[in-house]
Amino acid sequence: MEPAASGQAVLKVTGLKRYFDVSPPLLNRVLERQPRQILKAVDGIDFAIGRGETFGLVGESGCGKSTVARLIVGLYAPTAGSIELEGRDIAGLSRRQMAPVRRRLQMIFQDPFASLNPRWRVLDIVAEPIRAFGLASGKAAVTRRVGELLEQVKLNPRDGDKYPHEFSGGQRQRISIARALASNPEFLVCDEPTSALDVSVQAQILNLMRDLQRDLGLTYLFISHNLAVVRHISDRVGVMYLGRMVEQAPARTLFATPRHPVHEAAARHGARPGDVRPRARAGGRRGAEPDQPAGRLQLPPALPVRRRPLPGREPGADRAAGRRRRRLPRRRGGPHPRGRPAGIAGGNPALAAVARGD
Amino acid sequence: MTEPLLQVRDLVVQFPTRRGTLTAVDGVSFHIDPGEVLGVVGESGAGKSMTGAAVIGLLEPPGRIAGGEILLEGQPIQNLPYEAMRRIRGRKIGAIFQDPLTSLNPLYSVGQQLVETIVTHTDLTPTRARARAVELLAEVGIPAPERRVDQYPHQFSGGMRQRVVIALALCANPRLIIADEPTTALDVSIQAQIIALLRRLCREHGTAVMLVTHDMGVIAETADRVAVMYAGRIAEIGPVRQVIKQARHPYTIGLMGSIPTIAQDAERLRQIPGSMPRLTDIPAGCAFNPRCERVFERCRRDRPEPIDVDGSRVACWLYDPSTAQREAADA
Repeated sequence: MEPAASGQAVLKVTGLKRYFDVSPPLLNRVLERQPRQILKAVDGIDFAIGRGETFGLVGESGCGKSTVARLIVGLYAPTAGSIELEGRDIAGLSRRQMAPVRRRLQMIFQDPFASLNPRWRVLDIVAEPIRAFGLASGKAAVTRRVGELLEQVKLNPRDGDKYPHEFSGGQRQRISIARALASNPEFLVCDEPTSALDVSVQAQILNLMRDLQRDLGLTYLFISHNLAVVRHISDRVGVMYLGRMVEQAPARTLFATPRHPVHEAAARHGARPGDVRPRARAGGRRGAEPDQPAGRLQLPPALPVRRRPLPGREPGADRAAGRRRRRLPRRRGGPHPRGRPAGIAGGNPALAAVARGD
Repeated sequence: MTEPLLQVRDLVVQFPTRRGTLTAVDGVSFHIDPGEVLGVVGESGAGKSMTGAAVIGLLEPPGRIAGGEILLEGQPIQNLPYEAMRRIRGRKIGAIFQDPLTSLNPLYSVGQQLVETIVTHTDLTPTRARARAVELLAEVGIPAPERRVDQYPHQFSGGMRQRVVIALALCANPRLIIADEPTTALDVSIQAQIIALLRRLCREHGTAVMLVTHDMGVIAETADRVAVMYAGRIAEIGPVRQVIKQARHPYTIGLMGSIPTIAQDAERLRQIPGSMPRLTDIPAGCAFNPRCERVFERCRRDRPEPIDVDGSRVACWLYDPSTAQREAADA
């Protein structure tokens, strides 16, 4: 079902699930006759990422996108499903078996203030993967390699002697990237790498990531809640909602014609400031039902769907591209193709009321 | 022309430190009309939150207003004694902060917090105040307010909590609300609801809002006018469309260019080289000059004052009649 990536997928995820048991303690369950509660953080998702490709993963907080990232790098073990890295299933590998995989699979985290050890010099931070994987021997060789990496992320090699607090947010994220690149990985999982940064710095980091991808042939899984950023950097995009992948398509076509109401409502976030127009307003169960303990406890993804007949084809199929592209120009700056976006709330009066804030 | 609700003139906020005095806000002037939404946008450290805190008299010591004046309905309110300021806060100026969890007391029910505020700032009895609290919750779009009023903040979701915070700010029907990053901690779709709510309340009550945020998208949808701040100064201030569609200040232009958009196909984003200067070493002349593409020698020497350019006010030498012939030709 993945048009772009079936040939030589670097990463292929099939039926991936991760459940968390969030039940109250046994005694409470017995006394209060409560059933077990299972949080289905990731509930059966499939996708594949081709070599040199950037796959964007978007969704609201709590939809499970960060869990996917942690599953892929092996910080969580999946409940079910497989994660194939170049044809080899890495789900549920032992620590020792996982070690060589980790060299090829690195992660960039969201918060550059929390992800760098404040008591280590930058040199040691970036050198850690080099030493851990034995990629260079001797102090001089390690220092030289760190210098190269720092230059690669447009920092000064002499910055290695400094501590993280001496750097701004954007520079710290560069250090994170240098560290991720230190083990010569092929695949980078980037979990909201620019969300903590100001827009002008975000632009610098996104440009840097693009350049590195071009120069080093990297493959990215890029997670963000900001659709415009994802649109900018991704070749293909997957939209998650309540632990499921609700839509998957090439970035261009996806944003030209969002097929899924969640995404459509969220699409406004990326609205260029120039489009001075009201947002598509998303209702949604969290706002709608105060008594729901948490929006995603054992809930079927019962979306407040605006029923719009879908032409009989898979979302994101390439043959849709022609029709979708024709609609694109109208959206630029002008009114929404369908007038004001109905948003998620469109089909459901109760939700619409909530969305309006009535 | 009506008298502006809030008039800020040459506001200077300083922090004395061991290494000398830092100037976080440096000669900022703006006004807000009744019922108007003024967006204040800028990157971290630009002084936008400091400006908001100064207006509402909540600067953290040792920060202090070192110069300029803040007039609310014509009355100066800068550096008022604590009690006097406290009466203005809540009654005339409400505040909404970024994180709705930390602005609510977890140990008191939402109703108790609302009633306390209402009783403090109005002459309603506690019983009437409770009825008013329920009304307010209903007004900010909280379902089943009669029941929710007795619940505690942790029983509310982020968006609902932010609604409660807005209800708190509205308790005494203030003329002005300072909203400091009111949607930043919220999910995208919840953001949209909160923005719509703010807009509706403004319209219905004629409340003015000073909306401080780093999110240009939020500003574009909410504000009537926008002030772009850089290194403690206003680079550009004007009607929102004008500033966004025809930015004049090179910083604003760069800022707009660096925002990725859904419609564009650009390979690379436009980026502004470097980063905002620290408060300890703000360059002479225009604070933006080391990063500016169109810098010339006057920018390094003299500090530009805001001048009128097509309905906006822009602090940039490019638009000074004596230096920019092109501008003269346009006019």
